[in-house]
Amino acid sequence: MPKIPLKWLEESVDLVDGHSAEDVAAALSSVGLEEEGIEGGGVTGPLVIGRVMTLTKEVASNGKTVNYCRVDVGEHNDISDEDPAGLVPGHKPDHKEMFPASKGIVCGAHNFHEGDFVVCILPGGVLPGNFQIGGRKTYGHWSDGMICSSKELGLGEDHDGIIVLASPSGESDVTFPGLVSEGDLVPGASAISLLGLDEATLEINVTPDRGYSFSVRGVAREYSHATGQVFRDPADVAVTGSAGEGFAVAVEDQAPVRGTVGCDRFVARRLRGFDPTAASPAWMKRRLDQAGMRPISLAVDVTNYVMLELGQPLHAYDLGTLTEPIVVRRANAGEKLTTLDDAERALSPEDLLITDSQGGHGARAVGMAGVMGGAETEVSDATTDILLEAAHFDPITIARTARRHKLGSEASRRFERGVDTQLQVVAVERALSLMQEFGGGEIEDVYTDLNSVEAPRQIAMDIAFPSNLVGVEYTPDQVVSALEQVGCDVDRDYESLLVTPPTWRPDLTESVNLVEEVARLYGYENLPSVLPVAPPGRGLTHGQRVRRSVARTLAESGLTEVLTYPFIAESRLDELGIPDVDPRRDIVRLANPLSAELPIMRTTMLASLVDAVKVNLGRGEQDIAVYELGRAYQGKNIGDVHVADLTDGRITPDEIAALNAVLPGQERRVAGIMAGNRVRAGWNGHATVWSWDDSLAAVERVAAAAGIELVVTQGSRMPWHPGRGATYWLESGEFVAHAGELHPKVCETLGLPARSVAFEIVLDPLIAAGDGTIVEAVPVSQQVVAKEDFAFVVAADVAAGDLVGAVRAAGGDVVEDARVFDVYEGEQIGEGKKSLAVNVRLRAADHTLSGDEVLAVREAIIAAAAEKCEAFLR
Amino acid sequence: MTELSPLDAAGVDAAVEAALADIAAADSLDALKDARLAHTGDKAPLTLANRQIGQVAPEDKAVAGKTMGASRGRLNKALAERQAVLEAERDARVLVEETVDVTLPVNRHLTGARHPLESMQERMCDTFVAMGWEVAEGPEMEAEWFNFDALNFDPDHPAREMQDTFFIDPPEAGLLLRTHTSPVQIRAALERRDALANEGRGIYVVCPGKTFRTDELDATHTPVFHQIEGLAVDKGLTMAHLKGTLDAFARSLFGPDAVTRLRPSFFPFTEPSAEMDLRCFVCGGEDTACRTCSGTGWIEWGGCGMTHPNVLRAAGIDPEEYTAFAFGMGIERTLMFRHGVKDMRDMVEGDVRFSQQFGMEI
Repeated sequence: MPKIPLKWLEESVDLVDGHSAEDVAAALSSVGLEEEGIEGGGVTGPLVIGRVMTLTKEVASNGKTVNYCRVDVGEHNDISDEDPAGLVPGHKPDHKEMFPASKGIVCGAHNFHEGDFVVCILPGGVLPGNFQIGGRKTYGHWSDGMICSSKELGLGEDHDGIIVLASPSGESDVTFPGLVSEGDLVPGASAISLLGLDEATLEINVTPDRGYSFSVRGVAREYSHATGQVFRDPADVAVTGSAGEGFAVAVEDQAPVRGTVGCDRFVARRLRGFDPTAASPAWMKRRLDQAGMRPISLAVDVTNYVMLELGQPLHAYDLGTLTEPIVVRRANAGEKLTTLDDAERALSPEDLLITDSQGGHGARAVGMAGVMGGAETEVSDATTDILLEAAHFDPITIARTARRHKLGSEASRRFERGVDTQLQVVAVERALSLMQEFGGGEIEDVYTDLNSVEAPRQIAMDIAFPSNLVGVEYTPDQVVSALEQVGCDVDRDYESLLVTPPTWRPDLTESVNLVEEVARLYGYENLPSVLPVAPPGRGLTHGQRVRRSVARTLAESGLTEVLTYPFIAESRLDELGIPDVDPRRDIVRLANPLSAELPIMRTTMLASLVDAVKVNLGRGEQDIAVYELGRAYQGKNIGDVHVADLTDGRITPDEIAALNAVLPGQERRVAGIMAGNRVRAGWNGHATVWSWDDSLAAVERVAAAAGIELVVTQGSRMPWHPGRGATYWLESGEFVAHAGELHPKVCETLGLPARSVAFEIVLDPLIAAGDGTIVEAVPVSQQVVAKEDFAFVVAADVAAGDLVGAVRAAGGDVVEDARVFDVYEGEQIGEGKKSLAVNVRLRAADHTLSGDEVLAVREAIIAAAAEKCEAFLR
Repeated sequence: MTELSPLDAAGVDAAVEAALADIAAADSLDALKDARLAHTGDKAPLTLANRQIGQVAPEDKAVAGKTMGASRGRLNKALAERQAVLEAERDARVLVEETVDVTLPVNRHLTGARHPLESMQERMCDTFVAMGWEVAEGPEMEAEWFNFDALNFDPDHPAREMQDTFFIDPPEAGLLLRTHTSPVQIRAALERRDALANEGRGIYVVCPGKTFRTDELDATHTPVFHQIEGLAVDKGLTMAHLKGTLDAFARSLFGPDAVTRLRPSFFPFTEPSAEMDLRCFVCGGEDTACRTCSGTGWIEWGGCGMTHPNVLRAAGIDPEEYTAFAFGMGIERTLMFRHGVKDMRDMVEGDVRFSQQFGMEI
């Protein structure tokens, strides 16, 4: 995101007197340019140029190699040194008498050598972040300050190591080449203004609709909007010469993207007799550096400088390497180009190219339009004749190319957000005159200007619209004035406006865009706060209420809710023992998973919930009960139907149905896994482990929360134990849940505690079954209850549920409740038999049952049990 | 020993006094039982004397009866009173002896808890339901049309790239994991547009739920996260109503002094658009070293704006007739700054200790 040096900004707008960088940031934020950071401006005290006289490498006790340097800091050498002259025990005797006039500084960086000019902060100085510098003992030496890196000075993160201003020996890489001239290299001289540290730089975040804020010009205008300060347009440059027969250029777009020709403006102008050895002025280099760009050569620096200032990307060619005409066209299949960064790039037929006619008309690619130039035609240190290009390219073409080649450049960032269509001639004029000023040469009088730019579309708007949409009463004059401030041309006819947006605001295409301009110029902070009154709502839906009850009932029965990621490995389904043919193998695969190890979506909640169990086990927890409400996904239909293109706006109910029909299965579910103790051992009782029946009880609780009675059947499927699992159904026969003990093999494979239990419930059918049901109340009987116990003996494989069912059926309406309260197997009962003790509560609605009535029911129950379950009384 | 005569008033009186002394001296219910036996039992002098009433001369019977009746009355009264006192003493003692240590751990059952992101979502929804809004939900695996096209995302918008959005294989199917809960706004509006057109019933919905973006998990990012968005469509809605709604929402979560601030921004689906900040509820903007707001006085909370006319059109609503506003915020982020959660990973790893510190409500 763009970095704007405030000194540069000041050339185009007066900053408010006494401003701080934070004030400027706040003003820009109020109109929509968010601050990302402030660099520079935070250094005070003695920050000086130093010359490294001696450098001694020492290996410290921690194994790190440090340099003990004596640095000549000129006039500061004589300032009373805090160096205690080796008198402090343990100090090495670095007192200054042993060295020529200098200060001793310990430095951990290794990118410099003896004789280099560096930047030193001396005791009393302050670095950004209010970091106070003093003399201190370190690595056995007295260190009188620091040799600074760009990061420490708040000059950005772009350079490693300490700053090397100059290296007369040539052994070190100079950090800011050409920034300082030989005359500046005076040991002891202040480096603050030399490095531009008295100038703060503001980095701002530009939203994708505001290409023009990628320039000093745009930000200055925004600052003017925020503060009312006077804006001076840096694009207000007198143009010399005239458009005509300059360097020949043709736009031949054979495949416009989305119907838009890739280039609608191309300006080219020649500069001859330029001195390729001329250096960029120090101020220009400093500003480029502050803005985050490396100075390279005068010609290149000027193109970057003008781009940063005006927002128009420019490209300088070595004229001698070009053959007329330049042709702007799409790439051919298989075409390649070596770009400025020396990478050879295979081009797509959608890429827009700048080509020249070496080897035929438009035969040679010399650049990816608006993204990056080619290596063959770039300006070099021998270039005397330059062709400068300033063009306007289709934002979508540029965005696609930059993304396709992962080649976001300063140019592409601007083009894809939209560049002013009227800036090209001005930018070329400004750039060539700067090149001429510092490098000489002759600017050609005639320039090429291919221009098929369409004028901005007029927008009609009712003058009351901004007030109506924002809720603030703007006067007609306020509306017109705000729009004129942003550069619009406003035609007012009573209540209606005809607004022509400025060429630098391609984002202004509809009346709502204009409303935002009015609103932000008068300030969002002035919005009143008015609570709208919604019509009476219907409250939570049945499903929403049930899900809350389900979550609560499980938490209240001792389970803790967790949220796991739905991404799993396919091998997890193997670990769960899920057979090859199973609905849970109908997977949804991600086209671009975060991790190649987790490429599919869970088809069962347990697949990811086991990870939560393992996390807790790994952290020392032994008694674990977790649950999760979420979705599991199934791949039905994917790929069968292509989702129609519905961008025409209106969507019909049929189209909605068609879209919904192709969505993967994503039922809501709730699942839980429990292991270890449900009740811990304590002074008041023994421990009780989570057991298969607890997982079944959880399903019953969930069903009760949904107001539904489920039918349970014996047996389950993987990953449950074949003999200790249950399946639950709605009365209608629709499947709802599994519960029980996990298969021992699954526990072993997944590292879960033996006899872990689990349940998984599909909530959607459970919720649907209860939706709209109104419970009809049965009067509560006031009559006396009769309690009858039965000790039945049945074959060991008779299900208790079947016996109770028979008892209930035989007892009829007077059976209030019937439940098994004891199960007994043993010698007294006999091989292959078990005893089921059943308690039955009998009560009639309208009278107290007589002894004879109770006896009759009892006999009916015994008879039915014998008939249905071959049960007899013990 | 000579038997006591019922006519021996002084003797009877002495026997009664002796009995009363024994009763008074009884220091336990057992001792009292002994005294009762000694003085009212079959062999007790007073009992024997009473039996002799029948043998005294007829003219003396009345006197004898009166003497013995009075003595029995005094005795029974004393016994009853002493009995009551001793029982009360015993009861009090037993209650003291039965004292337990209530500081012992009593609940041995595992204690469950809700996940705070879920209870936070419910709490947020309740604020809106109380204002008459409805809670709308929709699929997590969504058609690209609902997630992007209907929301005025240009086909070339960078968010539609695979580097930001999880696409479902095969990518040509046009299916993805929703990147925000905004598609639910479209679905909710489509479901309610007839009531809007025919009954003038404004649409006021919040859309909470799970969302997905291709961010690696770290302290401040997670590929699976939660949002709550709001949409209001009605005649004459303005940005002032948006601000009023956000202020009410902020007050419900952060107390009566909570204030929001809007800053201009850009989103494809709103125009005008704004970033929404919350006045720091910890320092109120007074502490430049505040950790919650980094000393700026404001906490970035979400995005909002007036719904773009193209979005209303996609939902079958005429933007000439109705205006709308929308807002959205991250529930993880809200939880982080409201509760001082330092690391996003705590929310997603499934360590039960994280959920348990929040209990059942938030």
